[in-house]
Amino acid sequence: MQNNHPDRVIFTKEMRKTHTILIPNMAPIHFRIIERVFRNCGYKVELLNNHGPSVVEEGLKYVHNDTCYPALLVIGQMIDALHSGKYDLHKIALMITQTGGGCRASNYIHLLRKALKKAGLGYIPVISLNLSGLESNPGFQITLPMLRKAIAGVVYGDMLSLLHNQVRPYEVHQGECEKLLESFTDQLANMLNAGKGYRLREMQPILDEIAARYAAVPVDGKRRIKVGIVGEIYVKYAPLGNNNLEAFLASQDCEYMVPGIMGFAFFKFDNRLEDIKLYGGSRLKYAAVKLAMDYLGKMEQAIIRAVQKYPQFVVPSTYQHTKSLVNGVIGYGSKMGEGWLLTAEMLELVEQGYENIVCTQPFGCLPNHINGKGMIRKIVERNPRANIVPIDYDPSATRVNQENRIKLMLAVAKERMRAEEAAPATGQPALHPVEQPASQQAVAV
Amino acid sequence: MKIGLDIGSTTIKCVVLDDHDNIIHHSYKRHLSQIVEMTRQELQSIADTLLQGRPAGLAITGSAGMGMAETCDIPFIQEVYATRVAASRLQPGTDVIIELGGEDAKILFLGGSMEVRMNGSCAGGTGAFIDQMATLLGITPDEMNALAAQHEKIYTIASRCGVFAKSDIQPLLNQGARQADVAASIFYAVVNQTIAGLAQGRPIKGKLLYLGGPLTFLSELRKSFDDTLGFQGICPDYSLYYAALGAAYSCDGTLSVEDAIGRLERYTQVASYHSMGPLFTSHEEYDAFRARHERAKVPRGSLDGYTGEVYLGIDAGSTTIKTAVIAPDGTLLDSSYQSNAGNPVPIIRDYLTRLYDEHPDIRIKASAVTGYGEDIIKNAFMIDYGIVETIAHFTAARHFKPDVDFVIDIGGQDIKCFKIKNGAVDNIFLNEACSSGCGSFLQTFANALGYSIADFARLGLFADRPVDLGSRCTVFMNSSVKQAQKDGASIENISAGLSISVVKNALYKVIRPSSVEELGRSIVVQGGTFYNDAVLRAFEQELHTEVVRPDISGLMGAFGAALWAQEMAAGRETGSSIIDREGLEQFTHEVKVASCGLCQNNCRLTINLFSGGRRFISGNRCERPVTKRVRDDSMNIYAYKRELLGSYQPVPGPRGKIGLPMGLNMYDLLPFWHTFFTRLGFEVVTSGASSRKLYLAGQATIPSDTVCFPAKLMHGHVEKLLDMGVTTIFYPCMSYNLDEGLGDNHYNCPVVAYYSEVLDANMPRLQQVTYIKDYLGLHREKDFPKKMHAVLEKYFDGISLQEVKAASRAAYDEYHAYLTRIRVRGDSIVEAAREKGMPIVVLAGRPYHVDPEINHGIDDLIIGFGAAVISEDVLSHKVQKFPVGVLNQWTFHARLYAAAKYVCTQPDMLLVQLVSFGCGVDAITTDEVRSILEEQDNLYTQIKIDEITNLGAVKIRLRSLFAASERQVAHAK
Repeated sequence: MQNNHPDRVIFTKEMRKTHTILIPNMAPIHFRIIERVFRNCGYKVELLNNHGPSVVEEGLKYVHNDTCYPALLVIGQMIDALHSGKYDLHKIALMITQTGGGCRASNYIHLLRKALKKAGLGYIPVISLNLSGLESNPGFQITLPMLRKAIAGVVYGDMLSLLHNQVRPYEVHQGECEKLLESFTDQLANMLNAGKGYRLREMQPILDEIAARYAAVPVDGKRRIKVGIVGEIYVKYAPLGNNNLEAFLASQDCEYMVPGIMGFAFFKFDNRLEDIKLYGGSRLKYAAVKLAMDYLGKMEQAIIRAVQKYPQFVVPSTYQHTKSLVNGVIGYGSKMGEGWLLTAEMLELVEQGYENIVCTQPFGCLPNHINGKGMIRKIVERNPRANIVPIDYDPSATRVNQENRIKLMLAVAKERMRAEEAAPATGQPALHPVEQPASQQAVAV
Repeated sequence: MKIGLDIGSTTIKCVVLDDHDNIIHHSYKRHLSQIVEMTRQELQSIADTLLQGRPAGLAITGSAGMGMAETCDIPFIQEVYATRVAASRLQPGTDVIIELGGEDAKILFLGGSMEVRMNGSCAGGTGAFIDQMATLLGITPDEMNALAAQHEKIYTIASRCGVFAKSDIQPLLNQGARQADVAASIFYAVVNQTIAGLAQGRPIKGKLLYLGGPLTFLSELRKSFDDTLGFQGICPDYSLYYAALGAAYSCDGTLSVEDAIGRLERYTQVASYHSMGPLFTSHEEYDAFRARHERAKVPRGSLDGYTGEVYLGIDAGSTTIKTAVIAPDGTLLDSSYQSNAGNPVPIIRDYLTRLYDEHPDIRIKASAVTGYGEDIIKNAFMIDYGIVETIAHFTAARHFKPDVDFVIDIGGQDIKCFKIKNGAVDNIFLNEACSSGCGSFLQTFANALGYSIADFARLGLFADRPVDLGSRCTVFMNSSVKQAQKDGASIENISAGLSISVVKNALYKVIRPSSVEELGRSIVVQGGTFYNDAVLRAFEQELHTEVVRPDISGLMGAFGAALWAQEMAAGRETGSSIIDREGLEQFTHEVKVASCGLCQNNCRLTINLFSGGRRFISGNRCERPVTKRVRDDSMNIYAYKRELLGSYQPVPGPRGKIGLPMGLNMYDLLPFWHTFFTRLGFEVVTSGASSRKLYLAGQATIPSDTVCFPAKLMHGHVEKLLDMGVTTIFYPCMSYNLDEGLGDNHYNCPVVAYYSEVLDANMPRLQQVTYIKDYLGLHREKDFPKKMHAVLEKYFDGISLQEVKAASRAAYDEYHAYLTRIRVRGDSIVEAAREKGMPIVVLAGRPYHVDPEINHGIDDLIIGFGAAVISEDVLSHKVQKFPVGVLNQWTFHARLYAAAKYVCTQPDMLLVQLVSFGCGVDAITTDEVRSILEEQDNLYTQIKIDEITNLGAVKIRLRSLFAASERQVAHAK
């Protein structure tokens, strides 16, 4: 699996001191915290926040236009930053993730290198952030403490978005939650920067405090439409990728839930177990992965413990529960991209009362043909209340079309909500679907 | 009173209801993108005549009105929702609504669980599409409707997107298909698009409403829906106004219309959209630009009073037909440039008649024809030479600029460009099926806004803030323009934005240079689209360079053909073979339609009969209907593979039948699974060869309309197995493929890996049979029997592990034996080709590209050009694993890189890569295969294939490739 093309520019040990590493910003809350983990571990990193049409333009110019939109954006954002004149280009390195999975995402790094070469920037080292042993650099090593700190960052990020998203729409004093989020993010970032707050016993009280503070925010108690967001990981979280979907939903007076990144981490580890179960493989590897899963499981429990004290909050499902939801819908071997987890998250959201779902996907995303669009029919069959709208994102998909489609989904949601409010006694929504949407009769053409 | 305003992409619909919800006013107007202004006017006139100061309810609906409504604080109702509100009031009991609008297509299912299907990022199958097609035919949509009523036959036209359809229609027109048939076929394409793209398997039945402009105005379109669905829908009163009515019904409260008008007036001032720098900042700058381009002129003369020899060149292009008559010294004596109006034959007849009548003293020494209509014109008028377009354009460009090293031609429907190295066409870029139609797109847009193309383009010259419309696909630009209109962009800025987009599309979609130097130093631009200064300017701005636009930039094909005729006829004693004056007087042209019937493809042939017994057949995939000879498959590995796969016949066994859908990786693994299950005592049946009919049978259950065509075909294959009465279907999920040791990993692509899951989730009929879609790993040969045994135990009794082990061994053996057979045959084809001196084409793709329904007979086409065809897997094992510039993680794709590497060592091999439209993985492989080849100065050709593929464009590519290769070989010597 080692990729060591002779031409690859290596990130050397010396560069660690001299070079600033630019990293794309996938999930704003999480990455602000994780950025500090890198700093704490001795890397000069900077989170990219440049946006605007020049990002897409650079992407279109330097990346094959039929490639997935996230690749186009991430690479466009990097080249745009390099062209901005802000940096000494000989003191810059880039970092990009590589999962080693079977979809195109593992090739982003190579597309980035091709783009750099095209732009005459081929001398800039690119670091692969992966746990699959795909590429290594002497100047960059993921150590166990670093990994643990990064996981803590993800846990905090998940916790903050979970509660922030549940409380903010209802806050009585506008801006209160935003302030809370800011202060927590700063606090956590500083703490991790100082190398603290990543051990489980340190984390529990912090998580408890986050929950307590959000629970104390005065809320108006009005009912709002609850929307779930799922999809390809980049367009699901990154405002740059999804045309500020969260802000749009907020402007439409909705509450939205975005399942956390922890689930994805679980999923990626779990795939290795499933592979061994399905096709055979080493017991030793199985045991090692199991250990990592157990560690994540403890983190998950810490969040649940903190949140479940407050009955007003939706408590996140455990990974194992989410996984069980998809049993009989799609196989656990479907692991490329977001794999079966995407389907499972839709079912989880419906179960939690977020039955209105935006399924975000880059135009032509291969795994999402399977796990997103491909499974919607089955999800609705199992749960007719699911109100799912798949939205494609690409450089030419216009916001007006995307928002119009989402508005339709919201109009249906509103109608259902009104109907339920009108007939609370029976508990029967007026628009209760009777007929299954699927039928075996093919349309004659 | 209540006012409902429906602001669509092209029209504004308005209704006013009295206090008892009676309709007291309604209007339907094209807004020509003056949305805010038109809305304001409409409201003002209602306020003046009907309201007279009273407050009223007001709501806006329609996607183009969304931003305006929100900014101006006017209630907005989502249009689909509004439509539903109206339908449930006016037509209670409605089950389904089909509504086609300017750029929207929707199906609403009201019965049972309400569900709405809207077209996503694709504007195909809508009013804009119909308008575009009408423009192509040179008629109005109403005339198209009248014509369609007289149709005799229906052609298959790609229904996914307007550009595809155009690529299908143009050759039909050029080959002489009847307009009436084409018109009706377009309506059926819309029907297919709507049903396949939107209904997605949910049956349309019960009470059906037709709403929206196209379905209201075009009776034949409604009829096409009725015919396809098998029952009649209703087009109710006020079918144009349902959304507007729904908005009006949904109004609550009252608001001051005067205030709303005030807010609209202020909104007009606001303009926020992404913009770019202007094309010209001053008139002086423009004048200097004009003066510079004035210099590229061809010497002109006149036919009046001219006597002697001339050379005639004809360019029968996709939308226009051009002619050039030159004197032996290259002086342009006469030319013509006109729309081909769907049929080039009468235009050339008239032109020649005029030439002979008015200039009896000239003698045509030689003639040549190029372009889409080459074949039919050559046959009809006995033209001396037919040449491929690229060569014609190069010949002309060279005449202008002997050191030209890059030529780009943007015509009505095509972008053609090529690099020139060592005096030969070296690298050709043609626009793929997805982005064709640049020039005609501008034209359609101009017409929609009420301008001629020239006037429309001129509008943009001095626009201050051209709209940034992106560069992906011209059809999608409709939506971008809609957005810009919403954001208040002026028509000047939209015009400039479109011109810039056309250029960006050509550059970043087709050519994709990383720098100007890559294109060349000496660039000649041609094609009718460059007549527009705005486009030309945008091109120079984008490239930061000055280019040459000959003053005959739209005529270059014809001019080049004339020069070519002269070159070819040099030293020839005899005159031109072209039809003479007498022949022309008796010239007749008759078109007949027939089914070929000589093989199972059963191509629908268009037979053109000309006077003198000449005939020209089109629509054929192979030469059989022309030559009446059976095809020779001995040099075609694709044919051999089909023959081999066909030899795995069912063997009756005690364990009953098991069905395999014959698509995707089954094209590689059939030998394995057939052997495996036959050994276990199953009778293995397959769904057999794909066909159009088979595809259509499964079309309704496809959940994602952007997935690749090979995957879509799987739905048909499963239907076929079910129809055959098979009760056990085996189609496993496979994350991993066999490891051939060529790459860093050995995955299948996500679609191949898991499509079985999609079939299971979307084909309800599968619930009635045993469907085995378990996850299997052939890559772990030792673990496989045990794992497979566990899977089989879930479905069958009494299969022992011993049996499975034995069957596995036999299956692996057979699989390897199968690959060996292909390699041995491949080697012998190469040997035979070398003996005969034939070029060898490595037609590289995926195993399933062997399916003729997927490759559309491209393998036969290549054989028809006198070349041998081998495949990537014939060569891939000849190469050791080597580093590539990408993560080499898919087994099938690793074969491509290896084959490309091998081709670099074989001067007589040409690699042509087949790429399925929508294949995400090939966005990565194509660039890599290209760079492997080009590193060693080899030619790279890519052919994109889809549900329907325009073989005309494929032919151009292949002919240019062969021509380029011949020159390269000649140069090497």
